[in-house]
Amino acid sequence: MNLNDMQQRVNDDSALVHRGRFVTLTFTLGIGETDYLIDIVAGKIAHIRHRLLPTDSGVFAIRASSDSWHRHWQPVPPRDYHDIFAMLAKDSLSIDGQLTPLMQNLQYFKDVIASIRQRDGGPS
Amino acid sequence: MSVAFDPIIGRYFTLTLGDDSYRIYMEEAGQGIPLLCLHTAGSDGRQFRHILCDQDITSRFRVIAFDLPWHGKSNPPKGFRDREYKLTVDGYKDIIKAVCAGLELDRPVVMGCSMGGRIVCHLALENPHGFRAMIALEGADKLTPYYNLDWLHRPDVHGGEIQAAFVSAQVAPTSPDEYRWETLWHYMQGGPGVFKGDLHFYWLDGDFDDRSPQIDTEICPIYLMSGEYDCSCTPERMLATAARINGSKATVMANMGHFPMSENPALFKQYLLPVLDEIASR
Repeated sequence: MNLNDMQQRVNDDSALVHRGRFVTLTFTLGIGETDYLIDIVAGKIAHIRHRLLPTDSGVFAIRASSDSWHRHWQPVPPRDYHDIFAMLAKDSLSIDGQLTPLMQNLQYFKDVIASIRQRDGGPS
Repeated sequence: MSVAFDPIIGRYFTLTLGDDSYRIYMEEAGQGIPLLCLHTAGSDGRQFRHILCDQDITSRFRVIAFDLPWHGKSNPPKGFRDREYKLTVDGYKDIIKAVCAGLELDRPVVMGCSMGGRIVCHLALENPHGFRAMIALEGADKLTPYYNLDWLHRPDVHGGEIQAAFVSAQVAPTSPDEYRWETLWHYMQGGPGVFKGDLHFYWLDGDFDDRSPQIDTEICPIYLMSGEYDCSCTPERMLATAARINGSKATVMANMGHFPMSENPALFKQYLLPVLDEIASR
């Protein structure tokens, strides 16, 4: 998996950007012990950066272990890891913060996060 | 120009329950043993269209799928805008019993999915002689909520979008994209608060693991079938239910999620036909 791929994959997906056209915010994606801040402007990812300061924060945070994300991003993810809400049900993912914008655009954020899922035969 | 019609007949009838009358929509196809199909929470009878069109089934079974009150093309009661919809065990059983009586179904097989898979077990416990067999798809006698139901009905979150986005977690990644999105489309069309009201039964009022061991499967056989990717009625929860119901038969459906009849109809047929064969031969 390569988080750097997320920006291009999302921004190149015009249908996904259209569904997220009302989304302008920063959210936190936690992979193991590392937090990343993902800045979204009108559905496009403007920046992805390490969270270096505790005062630098996303509106909401979605966190799971590196192993859980590795499973989530497999081409055909195993059960309990195939969707962030399946991971939530399995208690292997946490959601915190102001959840309203997440819930207002839930499928968009699911698809943004899943965008770096490995594709059959291709690089991660 | 001519069209090829589905072999489905859609009709309306009026169902009276207590002080309320409901205009109910039903679809049916086939002849033989009545097979009453119960849709999932927040959806409607369209989920069963592939079964209604399958001659391997309709040659032996009279397949009937109806939309619950408040769902699909069935109306809510008069004055619905001043009521909060909330399905209960007793209310759900009353609807199904009234439909069976009204349609004069003789010991039907009832196949329900999700909340429908839960209620069939309640019915088998209450009146095993009234039914030929029960098929509980994605049904368990004990479940655990994992999100707050208030997200499903509030003015700042689109109900249809959030419902589809929630349940998309329960579709197998291997299910055909066309049918994944048809299944989710049904969720996008639900009335305000209806999915939430169904989940009151599904998550908060439907547990009966303390009574499920009393079900007599000698009189009313029970088939429990759950999809590998179902993160709500997980295979583990279904198998735990089967272990409590002596004589029940359990199947874990590989590469399947929470909506077998609509998310992957061809694969589901492989699992369902042996069950229907067994029921028909009794």
